[in-house]
Amino acid sequence: MTPILKLLAKALLKGPVTEPAPEQAEIQELADKIDASAKVKLGRSLVIREIDAGSCNACELEIHALGNPLYDIERFGIRFAASPRHADVLLVTGPVARNMAEALKRTYDATPGPKWVVAMGDCAIDGGCFKGGYACLDGVDKVVPVDVRIPGCPPSPTDLLKNLLALLETVR
Amino acid sequence: MTETNQLLRLLKEFPLAETHRPWARRIVDFEAWQGAIDLLAVSDWDFLGLWAEPQASDKEKFQVHMALRDGENTTVVVITLPLEGLSYPAVSGVRPGALRLERSIADLFGLVALGAEDMRPWLDHGRWPVNHPLSEAEPREIVPFEYDFLKAESAEALHQIPVGPVHAGIIEPGHFRFHANGEAVVRLETRLGYVHKGIEALMQGKTLLEASKLVGRVSGDSTVAYAYAFARACEAACDVEAPPRAVWLRAVMAEMERLANHLGDFGAVCNDAAYGIMLAHAMTLKEKVLRAAHKAFGHRLMMDCIIPGGVAHDLGKEGMAQIKAMQREVRRGFERLAQLYDDTPSLLDRTVGTGVTMASLAHRFGTGGVIARASGRSIDARRNPGYAPYDELDFDVPLEIDGDVHCRLMVRVAEIRESLALIERFTDGLPSGPLTRPLPAQEGEGMALVEGFRGEILVWVRIDGSGRILRCFPRDPSWFQWPLLEACIDGNIVADFPLCNKSFNCSYSGSDL
Ligand code: SF4
Repeated sequence: MTPILKLLAKALLKGPVTEPAPEQAEIQELADKIDASAKVKLGRSLVIREIDAGSCNACELEIHALGNPLYDIERFGIRFAASPRHADVLLVTGPVARNMAEALKRTYDATPGPKWVVAMGDCAIDGGCFKGGYACLDGVDKVVPVDVRIPGCPPSPTDLLKNLLALLETVR
Repeated sequence: MTETNQLLRLLKEFPLAETHRPWARRIVDFEAWQGAIDLLAVSDWDFLGLWAEPQASDKEKFQVHMALRDGENTTVVVITLPLEGLSYPAVSGVRPGALRLERSIADLFGLVALGAEDMRPWLDHGRWPVNHPLSEAEPREIVPFEYDFLKAESAEALHQIPVGPVHAGIIEPGHFRFHANGEAVVRLETRLGYVHKGIEALMQGKTLLEASKLVGRVSGDSTVAYAYAFARACEAACDVEAPPRAVWLRAVMAEMERLANHLGDFGAVCNDAAYGIMLAHAMTLKEKVLRAAHKAFGHRLMMDCIIPGGVAHDLGKEGMAQIKAMQREVRRGFERLAQLYDDTPSLLDRTVGTGVTMASLAHRFGTGGVIARASGRSIDARRNPGYAPYDELDFDVPLEIDGDVHCRLMVRVAEIRESLALIERFTDGLPSGPLTRPLPAQEGEGMALVEGFRGEILVWVRIDGSGRILRCFPRDPSWFQWPLLEACIDGNIVADFPLCNKSFNCSYSGSDL
C-alpha cells in the first residue's frame, strides 16, 4: 500500500480524531456576557479576519491550533478569511504597537457592518506585560471598539473556541 | 599566521571588562575597531550581534558592542567601542547582516553607523511619541515617515506588488514589496518594524524574574529558547550555575519546543504547496506535543517555565508518562508523514529547486538555524559554543547542501527525529535534586547563545547591584534570515513566495522587538 492509502485507510478505520464540542451551558454563560444590543441574524456562520497588532506570535499559534482536526473549528461554521471585506469578526491580538495602529483602524473600517471585535490575550486587553512603554497603545479598545475580551497569555484553544461559539450564539 | 589569530592578537592588547562572563569582552579604541572590521573582511569569523548602551561613567555618552565567533575554535568575543560622539564605523560593509541592527541603533539611540549603505529608519516609523527612545527620548510630534523603497530598473516592463502589513491569513504583520516581470520576481524588499513593542526599554529596571517574562515574549514560538538564553546569561553574570535537574529539564523543554514548531512548519510548507492533508496530520501531532507539555509543565508552550537560576516547574511521574506516550505516538505518526512526502512527486515538484539560498550568503549574513544547515553551513549553538547538557552528549546536526525549500524540509525532518531521541535521553537520565539556585544580587554582565528551533538566540544582559536589569539585548535569529528570504526569491515566481516564506518561517516579533 502506498503511504497515502495507508494514511487514508487508518483514518477510515479509526474514525475522526475530532473532539466533542464544549458544554452548551458554558457557552451560554459566556454568550450572556456579550452585550446583545446588536441582535442581528447571521445564520449559522461567522467569518473572521485575524489581525496581529503587535503580538508576540504565541496567540497566533493557538489560533492556528483551532484549525487542527482535534478542534476543527470549521465544523461550527467559523471560518478565517484573508480579506476584512469578507469578515464579520476581527480577532485582534497584541497590545497594539503604535506602528500597527493605523493598519488596525483601516482594517476595521474596511470591514462591513454589522461587525464585532474580539480582543484576544492579556496584552490585547490592556497591554499586558508590554503596558506602559513608548511603543504600544495598551489595548485594542484604544483604537477600535471591543465586544469580547478573552484573557490568557495566550488563551488556550478551548477558551478561544468557547468564546467564539458564545459570540455565534448571540448573533444567531 | 591565520587571520583568526590576527584578530585575537589585535584584541589582546586591549583591556578586558572584568565582570563580563563567560566570554571575554575587550574595550577597544577607534583604530582597533576599524582594524577588526578590516580583518573580518578576510576571515571567517561569524558575526553574532551589534548593540549599544550608555557608558557607565557618563550616561550622556554611549558605547557599541559587537559579538563575534570564531567558527573553528568555538571562541566567542565581544568588542566594545566607547564613543566620544554619536557615530561609529559601520560593520555592515563586511557583514551585511549588521545593517538592520545599525539602522535600529540609529532609531533607538540616535547613533550613526559611518559608511553604512542604508540609513533609512528601520524600527522607527515616525509613530512613536518620542525620538531615540533608548537615549534622550525627547517628545516629538507624531508624523509617520514615508518609506523609500528601493527601485528596480530594467529594460523590461516591471510592476510592483505591495503586500501588507495586514496580509495573508493568520500571520504576523509586515510589508512585502515585490517588483515583478509578469510572474517572475525581480526584487523583493521587506519592510518590518510593525510589531515593535519597545521590549528593550520595558526591560530596564525590571527584576530578573519580571524581565524573564518579557524575554519569553520576544517571539512567543521560541519562548523556551528565549527564557533559556536569558537565564543562562543572568547566571553567567552572577557566576552561578543552575542545578543539574534544572539543566536537564530545560533541555527537555527546549527539544519539545523544537519538535512542536518543526512539526507545524513541516505541515505548513506542504499546505502552501496545496497538500492540505499533511497540515492536518502534522498539526494533530503538534497538538499532542503541546498537550503533553501542558500536562508535564503546566503550560502548552511552556512559557515562564524556565527562570534565572533554574526552572519553575518540576516534571512529575504523570508528566513523564505523558511525554513518553507522546513520543511513541509522534514517532509513529511522523514516519508515516515523512514517507508520504517522499512518495508524492507533485509535492516534491514544488519544493525541489525552489527558493535556493547559498551558503556564502548565509555566512556573510551570519545566518543560522535550519536555513543555514539546509545550505551546507553547519552551525548549531548547541555544538558551538555548546552548553550544558548538550556538551555532554553526542547528537546529530543534520546537514543538506542544495539550500532549497526541499532541503529546509529535510533538515526539519531529521531534527524532528533527533529531538524525539534527545527527549528520550533527557527524560531517562534526569538527575534528581533541587530545581533552582538563588542568584546573588550583584553587578555583572553575561551573555548566552541558545539554539532555538529557528536558529541561534543571543541574549546579553547587564545587571546592577540590586539585581535589576540595566540593559538587555535579545537578538533573534530572524535578523540574519529575513535578508536571505529577499535573496532566495529572485527569479522564482510570485506564487512560490508563500512556499519560500513558510520554509524560512522568520519571526516578525522577534526582530521587531
Ligand atoms: S497575550 Fe501573551 S501570548 Fe498573546 S500575544 Fe500577548 S504576550 Fe503573547
